[in-house]
Amino acid sequence: MDHIGGAALRNFKYFSPTTLGEAIRLMADQGISTKILAGGTDILVQLRSDRFQVDRLIDVKNIPEMNELSYSTTDGLLLGAAVPCYKIYEHNDVREMYSGVVDAAFIIGGIQIQGRATIGGNLCNASPSADAIPSLVVLSAICLIEGPNGRRELAVEEFCTGPGKNALAPGEILVALRFPPTVASSGAHYLRFIPRNEMDIAVAGVGAWVSLDEKTHRVKQARIALSAVGPTPIFAKEASEILSGLDPNEESFELAAQAAQKAASPIDDMRGTVRQRVHLVGVLTKRALRKAVNRAKES
Amino acid sequence: MNNMEASKFEKLRFVGSRPIRHDGLEKVTGQARYGADISFPQMLYGKILRSPYAHARIKSIDFSRALALEGVQAVVTSSDFPKPWLTDETGIDSKLINIKFSSNNVLAGEKVLYKGHAVAGVAASNAYIAEKALDLIDVSYEILPPILDVMQAIKVNAGIIHEGMFPYPESGLIASEFNSSLISNSTLDMSNHHQGDDSKYSNIAGYYIQEIGDIDKGFMDADVVVEREYNTGSVHQGYIEPHSATAIWNRDGKVTIWCSSQGHFGMRDQTAEVVGIPASDIKVIPMEIGGGFGGKTTVYLEPVVAMLSKKTGRPVKITMTRQEVFEGTGPTLGSYMKVKIGATKDGMITAAQALLAYEAGAFPGSPVNMGAQCIFAPYDIPNGKVEGFDILVNKPKVAAYRAPGAPAAAFAGETVIDELSCKLNIDPLLFRLKNSAKEGTRRISGPVFPRIGFLETVEASRIHPHYLSDFGGPNRGRGVAAGFWFNGSGPSSVIVNANADGTVSLIEGSPDIGGTRVAVAMHVAEVLGIPIADVHPSIGDTDSIGFTSMTGGSSVAFKTGWAAYQAAQDLKAQMIERASDIWDVEAGEVNLKDGKFNHSTNQDLQMDFKELAGMLNATGGPIVGRAAINPGGAGAAISVHIVDVEVDPETGKLTILRYTVVQDVGKAIHPDYVEGQMQGGAVQGIGWALNEEYIFDKEGVIKNPTFLDYRMPTSLDLPMIDTHIVEVNNPGHPYGVRGVGEVPIVPPMAAIANAINSAVGIRMNTLPMSPPVLLEALWANNGAGKVYGD
Ligand SMILES: Cc1cc2nc3c(=O)[nH]c(=O)nc-3n(C[C@H](O)[C@H](O)[C@H](O)COP(=O)(O)OP(=O)(O)OC[C@H]3O[C@@H](n4cnc5c(N)ncnc54)[C@H](O)[C@@H]3O)c2cc1C
Repeated sequence: MDHIGGAALRNFKYFSPTTLGEAIRLMADQGISTKILAGGTDILVQLRSDRFQVDRLIDVKNIPEMNELSYSTTDGLLLGAAVPCYKIYEHNDVREMYSGVVDAAFIIGGIQIQGRATIGGNLCNASPSADAIPSLVVLSAICLIEGPNGRRELAVEEFCTGPGKNALAPGEILVALRFPPTVASSGAHYLRFIPRNEMDIAVAGVGAWVSLDEKTHRVKQARIALSAVGPTPIFAKEASEILSGLDPNEESFELAAQAAQKAASPIDDMRGTVRQRVHLVGVLTKRALRKAVNRAKES
Repeated sequence: MNNMEASKFEKLRFVGSRPIRHDGLEKVTGQARYGADISFPQMLYGKILRSPYAHARIKSIDFSRALALEGVQAVVTSSDFPKPWLTDETGIDSKLINIKFSSNNVLAGEKVLYKGHAVAGVAASNAYIAEKALDLIDVSYEILPPILDVMQAIKVNAGIIHEGMFPYPESGLIASEFNSSLISNSTLDMSNHHQGDDSKYSNIAGYYIQEIGDIDKGFMDADVVVEREYNTGSVHQGYIEPHSATAIWNRDGKVTIWCSSQGHFGMRDQTAEVVGIPASDIKVIPMEIGGGFGGKTTVYLEPVVAMLSKKTGRPVKITMTRQEVFEGTGPTLGSYMKVKIGATKDGMITAAQALLAYEAGAFPGSPVNMGAQCIFAPYDIPNGKVEGFDILVNKPKVAAYRAPGAPAAAFAGETVIDELSCKLNIDPLLFRLKNSAKEGTRRISGPVFPRIGFLETVEASRIHPHYLSDFGGPNRGRGVAAGFWFNGSGPSSVIVNANADGTVSLIEGSPDIGGTRVAVAMHVAEVLGIPIADVHPSIGDTDSIGFTSMTGGSSVAFKTGWAAYQAAQDLKAQMIERASDIWDVEAGEVNLKDGKFNHSTNQDLQMDFKELAGMLNATGGPIVGRAAINPGGAGAAISVHIVDVEVDPETGKLTILRYTVVQDVGKAIHPDYVEGQMQGGAVQGIGWALNEEYIFDKEGVIKNPTFLDYRMPTSLDLPMIDTHIVEVNNPGHPYGVRGVGEVPIVPPMAAIANAINSAVGIRMNTLPMSPPVLLEALWANNGAGKVYGD
């Protein structure tokens, strides 16, 4: 640090356990501020900018369960919380069947960031503007959590509790995410609006998933989720339900877009205005639905 | 290439080629040493305490708790700097006022004048301790209302930033100038300014006016008149390398400073003024520089590290964080502008008028006079009037930024020109051609143009494949704009030594920011006829080379290139002399051609450069060529930009589809670096046009002092920038060089605004034209102003 022009990164102890049990034991030590390090692309920036300090960082990249990336038609997709983004979009099954996750993995940061950043970290960091969370929500992902008191599961839409806050109890670790097997004639898409083409925080983002009835081609079920327009990523329940049974056309998309706008509760800040954000939720919802429907038709 | 003058330079061997730069390998392998790469045993690390307020009076500073912290070695405040401007009788000696401004910008005096204004410097054994010590300095502030823009600064009782300092000039002159200005309905109403509590003083630090012809008559003769108002925000130069300075103050009173800057002689002289010692007691050693764009021409840290070293007797180093760079170093100005131009039906400009009110920041010195001189310079204006105001606000002191003052002015001027040509249904380049300034045209500011290349540049643009191509499609449009920049010169010194192995070492005083080492070396290679790789350029410190003015004003290839040319001529003459001694012939009979000395008649007398160089020591001693000059005749530069854009009408996001820079460069010594400058300038202008801006809250706090939220364009936001070099040789330089670095940042904002109009029929008059701004403009234009679901 000696030559540092930036704020100084303060000392902490670094652990790199190779088993989940060891990680959980390290997390449980009382009176020591401890945090998980996955890709580090959020936490190292936060530590360096002196937002908070830690005594201990526990690197989870060497824990086998947390590096799992496997698909089966019966169990669906298991995505370890320490799997970096690039492995996701380089995985054939994931690319074919979970394109919504791939959309997110592909736009987080740039190529260097994607070599490290994880979807698990994106979720645990619980930023309102996190790009992966809407995709996780619309794909009905389940959080697999382990802590001193054992294992539990939680739906992704219940995981974020406020800006930077999540539902993990002290000592708990997000081990993996589980996605249900994909159904026929379904597709998803996530997109966001940023002023540049890379390296920006979403002004607004929308993820959509649809499944179509193979006979009628109508919408069987849809899920829509929003980012950067509320204190947490938002599951737009009404906008999702409104589409059931409708023809997937511009008229229906408009209805869903308006319902999604109602679900949004954005603020004015330097990254966007309320007017702009509400407007963008409408535009992006329609764009996300168009592409999700196209993907469903192609699947 | 211009035909008439082409012949003169046809036989050049090296000028115009694209060799690898001498400093390239060091830089791409990370070996090159920049400002922060210097380090010494026993070195202390410094940090700067900065003001949390945009405007406040400092009631007291108590740093005893900081000094008591283990590891803290010294604290400095402005009270450690001498105050030569203070006099017994009147208080302030106006001749020395600039030293006060310079000193108070380095460390605040009676008041802090912007958020991030430096208040104290601390030196400690490491950076953690120095940082901790900042929290232990107790500053008591009396908070004052911040003055954040031009409009607010001139309001009655706005408060005075420099109390008792800028008397309202000749009571009411400026107000009456504004009011009598033909420019109507100006929202800049200064009529009441001289009343109220602050009756004697103002925030107006300067006023400039230029006139030509009869402006009233000019507008009467016009068939069409366009008049528009503009506002632009502050933007930062955005160099990658943060400021860093390291100093050692020796016991004998001699000071050595290592820093990266655009001119180490300037750093030396400014530091000498602030710390109050003779400049000759200071040696500044230039480090490699990671970008400056005008922003590394001012001292910020150098006097502080010098003072801390004096107090501690140890080397002291301070490196800024990015936040400090944004908050504490020069951005360029925000502005309010109004422009009015009239023309006849057949497209001849009859009159042009502009009012430019530029933010100076916390201390006087916005480049408004330069903006005023540039705004209409590309055109032959029979009747013109340009007024400029330098206005103090509670923002960081404005520093130079690439063609300082011109880009904002061109944004206003060139969009009005575009609107006029649209109204008259004349192709915008043809309109410019009809009104083009040429050799002999008198500018509004007075001077008459020597040979310039505006006509040639516009002609080249009109037949450029880009301009002839189809840009069709919904929401797509094309814009063009022109830009002018004076280009500068200045004192420059060069030494060339003939080495025994036939190479030549070249010592210059111009820091190399854009590839000038190689361009300057090419002048020497050309004169001596030796390979460019055999010329070894280096940049001397302030004790090792004669005075050289800063790398700025697009001056280096011109002045230092010329100095190198002349130094090489000096070396050549001395070597010819030596050859004639050795051969026992008349010097006038010996020539140097293609790196070989020969006798004009006796073909047996031949020697290549290397052979003679190897004999020098034994035949009378080494030979050193030198030149120390301050040449006039820097030729002005003109650039025309063509841009195609697409606007997403649903989001307000703009995509640059195609971009071409056409520029008169005089003569491209090294075309790669000339093109690089053209592209770089265009890219910075695109950033300024699209997303770059300081976002201030109402307390004057910058909300986005990071590269995350201060949005410069990334490579994914830009197409390849095409370049087209026009060479109208500058008759004032041995190889025809004009400066090239600055003018390409002048046209982009206007070109993009004009393209937006072409795409969606909206005239933008603010910068940046970011998505939310463009979206609101689209809504306003549709008359809808409607948000989905409203
Ligand atoms: C240049 C740059 C660009 C970026 N661009 C984007 C972008 O476009 N979109 C976007 O959404 N984000 C972006 N980010 C933010 C960041 O890269 C992402 O949020 C990333 O997904 C975080 O993953 P990580 O593995 O690096 O998290 P880490 O930094 O390792 O962890 C993040 C937080 O989650 C906690 N955590 C991590 N894993 C676990 C776990 N298994 N159990 C419990 N807690 C855990 C950590 O303790 C920490 O608090 C960017 C960051 C940078 C530096």
